[in-house]
Amino acid sequence: MVVVTKEGARALGDVAVNCSVEVCACYPITPTTHLTEELAKQYADGKIPQYITVESEFSALSALVGASATGTRTLTTTGGQGLLLMHEVLHSAAGMRLPIVMVVGNRAVSSPLNIWNDEQDTISQRDTGWIQIYCKSNQDAADSLPQAFRIAETVMLPVMVCIDGHFLTHNVEQIDIADKHHVDKFLPKFRHPLPLDPENPVSVGVYANPTHYQMFREDLMNDLNESKKVIKEVGEEWGKITGREYGLVNAYKCKDAERIIVGLGSVMDNAISVVDELREKGEKVGALHLRIYRPFPAEELRELLAGKKVAVLERNISLGAAAPVYVDIFEALNVHNGHSKEHAAVISSFYGGLGGRGIKRSDIKGIFEKIKSKNPVKEWVCSKPVATNA
Amino acid sequence: MLIPYAKAGSTVQIKTGDWKAFMPLVTAEKCIKCGICQNFCPEGIMGKAGLVPDIDYDYCKGCSICANECPVKCIDMKRVED
Repeated sequence: MVVVTKEGARALGDVAVNCSVEVCACYPITPTTHLTEELAKQYADGKIPQYITVESEFSALSALVGASATGTRTLTTTGGQGLLLMHEVLHSAAGMRLPIVMVVGNRAVSSPLNIWNDEQDTISQRDTGWIQIYCKSNQDAADSLPQAFRIAETVMLPVMVCIDGHFLTHNVEQIDIADKHHVDKFLPKFRHPLPLDPENPVSVGVYANPTHYQMFREDLMNDLNESKKVIKEVGEEWGKITGREYGLVNAYKCKDAERIIVGLGSVMDNAISVVDELREKGEKVGALHLRIYRPFPAEELRELLAGKKVAVLERNISLGAAAPVYVDIFEALNVHNGHSKEHAAVISSFYGGLGGRGIKRSDIKGIFEKIKSKNPVKEWVCSKPVATNA
Repeated sequence: MLIPYAKAGSTVQIKTGDWKAFMPLVTAEKCIKCGICQNFCPEGIMGKAGLVPDIDYDYCKGCSICANECPVKCIDMKRVED
């Protein structure tokens, strides 16, 4: 183990080298430009064998679709508008069962133009068939990247490692980076079961007519749901190597809690510190970090949240409908599948903190206060009118 | 796990002409062997230029470009009955 004091995005460049990444194709975009730069530098230093310079994010991911299909370990990075431009290829990569890994620096989407943090970009890609890992700290990110490769190559599905733009990507902190020889043991060489090979030519992502198309989609859905088992096992194995174990969710003081905040990303580190403070005053509160959003860990959430007062806090919205993470959690707890009605929780929805508007400890304390009531709340957080020059 | 792969050259087995709604029929006596239909056919299934068209109906999509381009109108498009 090597403890370094580094910016989050740059540290992931070192982690990528330890993961023996073979092909990178990136198009720089704030807030992950520093990781793009770092990967290019590692290529120049001979530590990454191939780096393809491309003219757009669409091309970056398309290049990796080809590279991954030949059986190489591939990595790219983007965020915000860049991820939106990749949208079509995201579906293709998952459908072709290519274990591409991508680091996303979460960024608000246009319009208005904004380079700061919220999770709208990745939440908007939740239906593409990618596994999504949300990190609450840079240590989480440095640990999750090797796990992402291992998961991807085991279940043959692409993985997004999502880190909050600026709040994590530009945050300089101490990060414990696993040694290369440990990672090598954890992460064996990737072998594609049917690689692109001129000696044995195949077409990838071929046409499927109405007779066959849905069969592929059902299989993809099934395998994505089944991958939860692998994600858990990989997180446990990583714990044996580094002492830091990971699961589908991180439950903090949730067992005896009456009120719990659920959310994803770096804001949950704030929530955890508020939980500590309120616990000292005798309040029974807890925080639950949703580490894996796709596949959705519905069973784990049902177990942890049954009968409690729950606030779902998310930094993304669904224009014209209820907030997406709230809807998923509501469905998980209210569609009983044999569970009794008395386990039903009171679930409130809080959404906001968009475009870099930070959710402070005082905001989180306010949320814990609001969900004391018997009735669920649905409202914006950090909503404040700003003087305009109209 | 299902991966949507196919062996290269799979269209040799898979005939792609079965979705056509109209099929071109040539009246050989009227044909002047100008080669225009063979050059315009997007599927390249009209046979050799300089000869009367020899259409490979296994791959003809029925697009009607040949009939439209023919200078002597010797190609008719006939509705394909199911």
